[in-house]
Amino acid sequence: MAKQQLLLIGHGMVGQRYLESLVAQGGREHFDITVLCAEPLPAYDRVGLTSYFTGKTADDLSLVPEGFFAEHDITLKLNTKADVIDRVARTVTTNTGETLGYDKLVLATGSYPFVPPIPGNDRDNCFVYRTIDDLDAIIAASKDGKVGTVVGGGLLGLEAAKALHDLGLQTHVVEFAPRLMAVQVDDFGGGLLKDKIQELGVTVHTSTGTKDIVDGESCKHRMNFGEDQYLETDVIVFSAGIRPQDELARACELEIGERGGIVVNNHCVTSDDSIYAIGEVALWEGRIFGLVAPGYQMAEIAAEHLMGKCEQQFTGADMSTKLKLMGVDVASIGDAHGNTPGSRSTVFMDQTAGIYKKAVISECGKKLLGAVLVGDANDYGNLLQLCLNEMDLPGDPAALVAPVSDGAPLLGADALPDTAQICSCNNVSKGDLCAAIDGGAMTVGDLKSCTKASATCGGCSALVKQVLDSELEKRGVEVNNHLCEHFPYSRQEIYHLVRVGQITTFDELLEKHGSGEGCDICKPTAASVFASCWNDYVLNKPHAGLQDTNDYFLGNLQRDGTYSVVPRVAGGEITPDKLIVLGEVAKKYDLYTKITGGQRVDLFGARVEQLPDIWRTLVDAGFETGHAYGKSLRTVKSCVGSTWCRYGVKDSVGTAIQVEERYKGLRSPHKIKMAVSGCTRECAEAQSKDVGVIATEKGWNLYVCGNGGMRPRHADLFASDLTDEELIKTIDRFLMFYIKTADRLQRTSVWLENLEGGLDYLKQVILEDSLGIGAELEAEMAHVIDTYQCEWKTTIEDDEAVKRFKHFVNDDSADDNLKYVRERGQRRPAFEHERIELVEEA
Amino acid sequence: MNSSVAVQWKAVCKLDDVLPGTGVGVRLPGRQAALFRTRDGSLYALDNRDPFSQANVLSRGILGSLGDKRVVASPIYKQHFDLETGQCLEDEEVSLTVYPVQVEGDVIKLAIPA
Ligand SMILES: Cc1cc2nc3c(=O)[nH]c(=O)nc-3n(C[C@H](O)[C@H](O)[C@H](O)COP(=O)(O)OP(=O)(O)OC[C@H]3O[C@@H](n4cnc5c(N)ncnc54)[C@H](O)[C@@H]3O)c2cc1C
Ligand code: SF4
Ligand code: SF4
Ligand code: FES
Repeated sequence: MAKQQLLLIGHGMVGQRYLESLVAQGGREHFDITVLCAEPLPAYDRVGLTSYFTGKTADDLSLVPEGFFAEHDITLKLNTKADVIDRVARTVTTNTGETLGYDKLVLATGSYPFVPPIPGNDRDNCFVYRTIDDLDAIIAASKDGKVGTVVGGGLLGLEAAKALHDLGLQTHVVEFAPRLMAVQVDDFGGGLLKDKIQELGVTVHTSTGTKDIVDGESCKHRMNFGEDQYLETDVIVFSAGIRPQDELARACELEIGERGGIVVNNHCVTSDDSIYAIGEVALWEGRIFGLVAPGYQMAEIAAEHLMGKCEQQFTGADMSTKLKLMGVDVASIGDAHGNTPGSRSTVFMDQTAGIYKKAVISECGKKLLGAVLVGDANDYGNLLQLCLNEMDLPGDPAALVAPVSDGAPLLGADALPDTAQICSCNNVSKGDLCAAIDGGAMTVGDLKSCTKASATCGGCSALVKQVLDSELEKRGVEVNNHLCEHFPYSRQEIYHLVRVGQITTFDELLEKHGSGEGCDICKPTAASVFASCWNDYVLNKPHAGLQDTNDYFLGNLQRDGTYSVVPRVAGGEITPDKLIVLGEVAKKYDLYTKITGGQRVDLFGARVEQLPDIWRTLVDAGFETGHAYGKSLRTVKSCVGSTWCRYGVKDSVGTAIQVEERYKGLRSPHKIKMAVSGCTRECAEAQSKDVGVIATEKGWNLYVCGNGGMRPRHADLFASDLTDEELIKTIDRFLMFYIKTADRLQRTSVWLENLEGGLDYLKQVILEDSLGIGAELEAEMAHVIDTYQCEWKTTIEDDEAVKRFKHFVNDDSADDNLKYVRERGQRRPAFEHERIELVEEA
Repeated sequence: MNSSVAVQWKAVCKLDDVLPGTGVGVRLPGRQAALFRTRDGSLYALDNRDPFSQANVLSRGILGSLGDKRVVASPIYKQHFDLETGQCLEDEEVSLTVYPVQVEGDVIKLAIPA
């Protein structure tokens, strides 16, 4: 049977989900698929659009797995807009003049921002906030403006205001209604939100309508409000609601709702059986769903229906939302306005702390119908579950809005039924999580990668963690992070025991807190903790047997038992004279020489007994150990920055050297890599490092918890526009907090993913000092820095220590088993088969 | 030990040459051994060659215990070897030669086949 033609118009979030669902069901066997995408980019994460301002790139936001279109042989036409649908001929004509036939047509055209009909709304520098193109235009315009104004104080308007604020504009929000976020929150919540947002430096004008926009005096525009009231501004962003993009459907006379939207049934089929509509353009029972989760649900249902499966039906969706607007948590659940007859509300409000919570309770007093949370939305997940699952309230309704929400669950994750939807963005139920846990998922990170739970807005992550913990416990998996059989403690607990008990040796630690004789897991961990806490010379006798061979011989063990030598080249800056010394040493000992990714030189093939001599030469020439062998700070990579680069805005090399000199030798749960770029072109790739620093005209932007390697992770923007002092202080605290709390061999990326509360929590601890430990962390770091010593310098000055660098205790000769071959002009250890040949030749 | 095999005791070093909790390499005729001194002072000797990497490095492994066995962990790929028997804990087909150790005065001696 010949394949049918399937045409998808609109490649947004929902369109992409539709394609994924269709190919997963084998849709390619029955359909040739063509996709028309009006935007220049394939589908991207519109929900995360605002993060484009805080460092995410268009690539990061992309929703399309690499190679998706090629792999499934789907034709994607970018920059191509459908202009006309001919339902009789079953064709679609595009703006590029092409006419495409279809057997089935899917409309996923989303919506467009509504721009109020204010005279002057089409002036230059008036924008909307919907696409990456829009954001690029806003960024360009804000470069030479001072003041920015958002028209509309709804959810998106406040996001846009945050973006303008971040772009350095003096920001205003003009809202026609008497309160912000009129749809989601009530008057009190709205009032409190207004106060909080004003505190952050954004001016809010509620109950304000704009009459017209004309030329300004001090700025580009003047917005006239009424009687002599006006506001001057350079940039205007309209965010006054969205309207379904249903123009195409209107023109071909599909059934349209009174206020727009393509009418669909429970399978997302329109008034024409061959045409589906999904996402924000679809109107179901008179309702439009302006959130991504219902759109995803429609995508799945429409794809199944196309494949002849009709069980699943769209039955409406929950419109509860939780978000962080300019650092303020705001959430709205179910019937937030108490519109249900007979419902009653219980309210808690603390104006000083800026917290407002309201719960709407049913007439019988047993069920939660809705809620509004402003300033503290920790209970969102729990309240949402109570509401969605129509569960009986666990106790006094007032407890629902009790002032202290210490995160202690109102109801255990246990109490939830398997059908409870935990992650609404990705439609993951508690049952789905349980299945993944049965399949071996042990961490939040595992659950995220196999179910997508918490991968979109992150609002559900606390609840996902609760389900995980309770399910693991139920399965008898002792949620056990014990280091090894000798210590019933996690690395974090050991760290604490060592510090509090002032423990300085492994014997003492084992005697007080452990059992057995220790092993290759706990010994190096203890050594690292001692070094982080007390910074003793690692080769001091009591520590000698604890070290991994790398630390014991202060080199990286290679596959033939020899070591590599890596002197520190801070920031990658090196004088020609020092470079010559490296070359001479390499030549003298015939060391294989390679430039590392961390901008220094690695010399391979040094035998243990050669190490002290090699290092003596290096130390005499002014080199220090590079700690390439340790779980410690490796390198601070830098671009050349303002030293030479014509784009450099700051001295990235200088800062990299300063940072590397500061943290060199710092022992940590795993290796730490850093980088500093001299401008936002980011040539040092700082966003793939544990700590990344990028210069901007206003100061340093600090990124944390990035990773290359096996599991790459893009770093998160942690703080912006820092001064030199702020930068150092923040890194001090960040690193010390990581060292204190991470598990063994946990890089910062995985540490963050498993940190309860995630990035927001980390920011609170480090930037706002919410735990009150900031000064302590800085003091501990200061101790480590003050007691720094170059381990190689100490070693070569200590005859006792040098004695240990021998292959044989009873003979000064070298290991006679080493065999080499020459390749590309240098030597490398022979492989097994080459060894045999070498022996035969001999 | 099978008493019919003639052994020869070879002095290799002083007791003080091996720090408690560490090991050293020993050159024997035609082979290399790894000599270990545990934290309580007991001495053990095994082949120095790591059968998984063919590198002579076991003397540089970390000592410890797993359950009731005393072990050394290979510094290359981290397999554990029983200090008493030479048996590899991860792979029952792999085991190392064990060399008896004796202390006379402050001198450590290993037994090798005569
Ligand atoms: C800044 C912002 C923040 C948001 N935050 C959230 C949030 O926190 N939570 C949440 O649930 N939702 C949020 N949303 C809403 C969410 O993005 C939408 O619900 C979702 O994108 C809808 O998906 P869609 O595929 O229906 O439409 P879209 O993603 O808009 O995709 C429609 C695509 O179709 C294209 N198109 C239109 N007409 C044609 C044509 N004739 N021919 C070809 N192509 C065409 C459009 O150019 C567009 O690319 C946010 C939206 C924005 C703008
Ligand atoms: S990041 Fe900027 S300053 Fe550094 S090399 Fe690249 S362009 Fe130059
Ligand atoms: S990528 Fe693999 S082979 Fe290359 S250095 Fe790292 S561990 Fe070794
Ligand atoms: S609810 Fe948004 S990611 Fe789970």
